[in-house]
Amino acid sequence: METRELVIIGGGSAGMAAAISAYDQGIRDILILERGPFLGGILNQCIHNGFGLTYFKEELTGPEFLTRFVNETKKRGIEYKLNCNVTSLSRDKVVSYISQEGAKQIQAKAIIMATGCYERNAGAIGIPGERPAGVITAGQAQLYLNEYGYLVGKKVFILGSGDIGLIMARRMTLEGAKVLGVAEIMPYSNGLNRNIQQCLIDFDIPLYLSHTVSKIIGKGKLEAIEISKVDEKMRPIPGTERRFECDTLMLSIGLIPNNDLLDNIGVSVSSTRGSKVNEHMETEIPGVFSCGNVLHVHDLVDYVVEEGKVAGLGAAKYLQGQLPTHENVLYTKAGEGIGYVVPSCIDLANAEDKVQLKFRVRKPRKDVYVEYRLGDKVLRRMLKPAIIPSEMEIISLDKKLLEGEGELTVSLVEKEAK
Amino acid sequence: MLLFGKTFVKNPCLFAALKKNLFSLRNNPSHRFINLSQKTIIEPHMEDIIIIGGGAVGAFIARNLSRYDCDVLVIEKENDVGDATSMANSAIVHSGYDPVPGTKKARFNVEGNRMFPLLSEELDVEFEPCGSLTLATEESQLPMLEELYKRGQENGVPVEILTPEQVLALEPNVTKDVKGALRCPTAGIINPFTLVAHAFENAIDNGVKLHLGEEVKDIHNLGDRFEVITSKGAYQAKMVINAAGVASEQIAKMIEDVPWSIHARKGEYFVLDHFAPNFVNHVLFPLPSEKGKGVLVTHTTSGNYLVGPSSEWVDDKDDTSTDSPTLEAVRASALTMVPNIPFRQQIRTFAGLRSTPSTHDFIIEPSKAAPNFINVAGIESPGLVSSPAIGKYVAEELVAPKLGLKEKANYNPRVRKYVCVHKLSQEGKERLVAENPHFGEMICNCEKISLGEIEDVLSRSLPALTIKAIKKRTRAGFGKCQGGFCQPKVLFLLAKKLGVSPMEVLYDREGSEILDKESK
Repeated sequence: METRELVIIGGGSAGMAAAISAYDQGIRDILILERGPFLGGILNQCIHNGFGLTYFKEELTGPEFLTRFVNETKKRGIEYKLNCNVTSLSRDKVVSYISQEGAKQIQAKAIIMATGCYERNAGAIGIPGERPAGVITAGQAQLYLNEYGYLVGKKVFILGSGDIGLIMARRMTLEGAKVLGVAEIMPYSNGLNRNIQQCLIDFDIPLYLSHTVSKIIGKGKLEAIEISKVDEKMRPIPGTERRFECDTLMLSIGLIPNNDLLDNIGVSVSSTRGSKVNEHMETEIPGVFSCGNVLHVHDLVDYVVEEGKVAGLGAAKYLQGQLPTHENVLYTKAGEGIGYVVPSCIDLANAEDKVQLKFRVRKPRKDVYVEYRLGDKVLRRMLKPAIIPSEMEIISLDKKLLEGEGELTVSLVEKEAK
Repeated sequence: MLLFGKTFVKNPCLFAALKKNLFSLRNNPSHRFINLSQKTIIEPHMEDIIIIGGGAVGAFIARNLSRYDCDVLVIEKENDVGDATSMANSAIVHSGYDPVPGTKKARFNVEGNRMFPLLSEELDVEFEPCGSLTLATEESQLPMLEELYKRGQENGVPVEILTPEQVLALEPNVTKDVKGALRCPTAGIINPFTLVAHAFENAIDNGVKLHLGEEVKDIHNLGDRFEVITSKGAYQAKMVINAAGVASEQIAKMIEDVPWSIHARKGEYFVLDHFAPNFVNHVLFPLPSEKGKGVLVTHTTSGNYLVGPSSEWVDDKDDTSTDSPTLEAVRASALTMVPNIPFRQQIRTFAGLRSTPSTHDFIIEPSKAAPNFINVAGIESPGLVSSPAIGKYVAEELVAPKLGLKEKANYNPRVRKYVCVHKLSQEGKERLVAENPHFGEMICNCEKISLGEIEDVLSRSLPALTIKAIKKRTRAGFGKCQGGFCQPKVLFLLAKKLGVSPMEVLYDREGSEILDKESK
């Protein structure tokens, strides 16, 4: 069986960033396995701009952003294989993959998962009504349009105010389709503020907050949808139905980590539906790392590549024997008002001087303190004038602060309660 | 064997027919196509037998008739076989403990069940004889369990009663409140999509003709023969078999005013992802009631889990919509048997219609007014498991003696073997991909379906004309992303195969195109 120091599964932005960082730490025997015909993953179909503002301090399109990473990957001579589908992993790090060249297995010393995410779809949420053609996820509509050159419909309604849906509302409008509206089940929008402005408000597309699609109508092809206002438990309120005749219902209702390979071998899962990792993005299997959208769904690719670099550095350290057995592990916890915290634990023996936490709030809040607590001890409290679920929060804490008993809890505290 | 794509390219008249009524299949070269102001008219050709309906029942009647020297034409109104009741059900090979002894349901269920081991091998269909458990969750239900035990014995079905400890040893996820269960080791699960498709493929390989996307509008009894008028033409046949599912009452009434009726009873389901093997190992039933067998929990042949069905009468025989209150009740009911079903693994909800007869039993009999017109109607549960036995009975007892049919010497009961890449061993995969690299190119990532497998389906005698047909044959698009990544690849493969524009490729029915126009 072929052996490799480091196998990276997925050649998107997370995978390439991880490869580059591992290489720069001195690892030379690296192989990226990418299922698509190009490196870059989903960015290949994201032809709009807005990428790279944080990382490169300039505004790039998806293909421009990925090209920079492809160039860096190629410059280092990092090996990659395209059109390869990894079919399984084993806990002792055998990677099985298949391509037109054959079905092969590699014994890896370290593995980085960078397999991205997939879209939540109509089946997953079971929208009431029929199941005709014309109900499509926003990313799939984007794929048809940007990679194949076809429009999926003329009269479009969008469910969910996730960023891909907003981007597609603008894109479909520019292509001549009529976007009738966007329904969002929450009382606030779920996309980035700049996308609400640039993709909906600028094009006079109405946003129906606290509304959902309560019925899909049409036998072969979508004919109409019905939207309803929802109550506080997000159930449609009878009598509030509104009908829209349309041929397309585009869904932008969330992304889910594509974590099958690790799920199938029973690696512990966190509330993000990605694996539980430590501060080096290492899972419970020593030498197996996870980063990017397969770990937790990010709003900006800039943060994905930062996380890929952390995983790449971690894998390099692991291969160089610098991640000794796990001792003195500190667990993190999502407290009041917090949806999740990544990483799930911090390995204090191995951690760098600064430890980064990423988290999202459950719902929009104004004038709250974000509190970091170790056991009962408050480490830090920061006032946030406004904080929203669609924007991931990142904070660095001094490792020195983290010595002590108990879990590291992130929570929101009302201003008055201080 | 005439491939659809080739037919298309060679026959310009068919092109017009396709433009008008996309994807109708004509694989009988004896038909003459006349193109009159965009309408295709076919000169009547005398068939021995016309079967109306391309579901499981039609499939097995056709397959059994293909053993004989006769002309058989199957007419199906949808663009694929097995596209209604046969596609949207619990996919259970029932053991037969439940039907009232002496009924047709009891007879054909038990007979059908015994046919599945051989049938699944001949037709290369996934079948698991995993057994079923019918659970009593309250003390008061135990006498009914005894009742079912006796009924099972009367029907000739192996049955045993298990203690709560025995049940929990077999099924640790069942409620700890379980009071006992009836175990039927001969129950099983089947892939309902390939069961129907492969039966038709086998029938076509043995000479049966199939017309898809063609609806029967009227039937005239001409005394010594029938004339069947469809949405696309007219045909004549010595015998007609009505296997039209929920529409069978309507078809029967084209011949005579039958004393029975067929009502549509809807069942709604959840499909869960293959999140873990062995979450449940048997088909788990609650105790049956007047409304049917109740909400079951089972794994499927693809390792998914199925929870359902509901039972609701509907007036519209095309109403396969789902609704939240019904699914909520299904969920609640299932949780009483298996309290920790992870519903967040849901990847799909669906509904199917049962053809429930007013007679409470299958109707399998010649029409009184026209003895050569045979109704095979009201095939509700246990219809899927019964269909092979019904097909055999109809062919051998009701048709062959009447028409004096002779068995063919060259009948082949087997379909060409299917390849399933992800089920092969590492060595098996290596060998296969070395032989044909297309088996190494994954199209559907969730279900691990390769280009080679899709090409294989497209090369078969049974046409796959729609995205849904390919989904049903191969499982491409059946996974958790529901075709999000693979549908475009399937769509373009299909366009190429059919020789049509990508914008003409249908998801399912007429008008169900996925793509609207080219971008600017």
